[in-house]
Amino acid sequence: MSPTNGLTIAVPRGALLSGTLDRLDAIGLDTSEVRTNDRKLLFADIGVVTMRPSDVPTYVEAGAADVGITGKDVLTEQPEREVYELLDLGYGACRMILATVDGPDPAVEALRRLGVMRVATKYHKTAAAYFERTGRQAEIVEVKGSVELAPLTGLVEAIVDLTATGTTLAENNLVIREELFSSTARLIANPVAHKLKATAIDAMLEKLRAA
Amino acid sequence: MRPQIQPIPSGTRDVLPDEMRELRDITEAIRAVFEVDGYGEVSTPALEYEAVLARGGGAPPAYRVFDEHGEVLALRTDMTVPIARLVATRYQSADPPLRFCYFAHAYRGVRPHRGQMREFLQAGIELVGAPAPQGTAEALGVICHALDAVGLRDYRIGLGDASLYPTLLRSLAIAQDACEALMDALVRCDFVSLQAELGRLALDDADAELLLRVPQVRGGPEVLSDADGPVADAVAGLRGVYELLAPEVAARVIFDLGLIRKMGYYTGAVFDVYDPALGAPLGGGGRYDDLLGRFGRPLPAVGFALTIDRLHIALTGEERSHDEVTALSAGGHGEQGAAEL
Repeated sequence: MSPTNGLTIAVPRGALLSGTLDRLDAIGLDTSEVRTNDRKLLFADIGVVTMRPSDVPTYVEAGAADVGITGKDVLTEQPEREVYELLDLGYGACRMILATVDGPDPAVEALRRLGVMRVATKYHKTAAAYFERTGRQAEIVEVKGSVELAPLTGLVEAIVDLTATGTTLAENNLVIREELFSSTARLIANPVAHKLKATAIDAMLEKLRAA
Repeated sequence: MRPQIQPIPSGTRDVLPDEMRELRDITEAIRAVFEVDGYGEVSTPALEYEAVLARGGGAPPAYRVFDEHGEVLALRTDMTVPIARLVATRYQSADPPLRFCYFAHAYRGVRPHRGQMREFLQAGIELVGAPAPQGTAEALGVICHALDAVGLRDYRIGLGDASLYPTLLRSLAIAQDACEALMDALVRCDFVSLQAELGRLALDDADAELLLRVPQVRGGPEVLSDADGPVADAVAGLRGVYELLAPEVAARVIFDLGLIRKMGYYTGAVFDVYDPALGAPLGGGGRYDDLLGRFGRPLPAVGFALTIDRLHIALTGEERSHDEVTALSAGGHGEQGAAEL
């Protein structure tokens, strides 16, 4: 029996992948095949499925994976998902921030004179909830590609985006004005698996805490 | 002539004869069980006055209309509140206990996905005037009879107590606003926030550890016998129910000290029904000893509802996995088949 006792684990590709595999190695899973094969998606021998971080809650909520690892930023953007959030894994630290071009804050100017600021983001629910909570009117412009471009071209006055080091922001002459929250990798579980596979999930949780 | 496609509202769907036959098999099997167990079927209007539903405190209605007098009507979000109204108005002096069952659609503004439509058919019972623990044990028995009759083999029942964590918070003298933050984290099943909120309070390490650990405890009856200190008092209600369960019902129960149901009217034991073939509960219920009082007939009560679509999905899923196991065993892979069971 594998160290995860037959659990199916949704593993995020991208920035969280290497930190996640390090943790899974530490609890006794052999992830070498996942590291060397970035085309394959399903690793049945070790119960691992790999996917975009934003797809992890979808698979876990439906029970297609019993547990999964994804960022708090993803969970905040998908608040309606019925999943258990079990553990802060600590790695993958980054911040959700509001940034504008350097100099006098154009978002403040837009709010004062036009009553509404335009904000580009990939996290439209997170951004809308934040402006509602802070009592400001904002028009959310959802973009799919590089968010940093939007304020430089006059499409918007501000962006809400995730940043780890702030390098890309600085290179595009953007400065952080506000921090919405900080994010790290989280272990989530399907609500039914959390009950029916309690022993396996608790054992994995215990190992991850110790690792 | 070109076919015209007329849409139907998001979260609703048509059912065609092949599926309808299978759904009927399920509802007829359950109806027979409810009848034998002494539950009389009732029907109530899908539309109720919004104020009546609000008095019950269930899920907020998603669909509202005005009638010709300007009154606000709403589509019911469950059957528990309408039956509470029915009992208080039509059975003002009847001797309890009263046993009702229903097969009815309810309506909620959810994000539609498999097993969760905005219009969905529920089968359920309400047992009015039967206090804990006897009434609770009877309701759990009826759930098992119904699911056995449907043909589900692998289902389990998660059993918790809505008053458990509040009791624990009271016995540790946690401040009111802190309690709300902790309960909010628990309702969202967010143990990371729960730990962070506990860290914010200046608690003994032992108390903080207890408040984080207890809602994550789930398992067999050893969960109840292992409980000590303030937890032992908080699980007294569950112990009372467990002692009254028939062995075949008790074998299905998973004690879950963190189980919370989102509806606001639950006061005591709460339960969710699980099946390994589906990633969401098949249904659930619990005690709502204060609800009838809000309609003027204070009586303790317990009930549950099963979502027919989910029973159907679980049944097809179970058939598939049992077929696979059988095929594996027949093919000489018996060991692997046994491991999957």
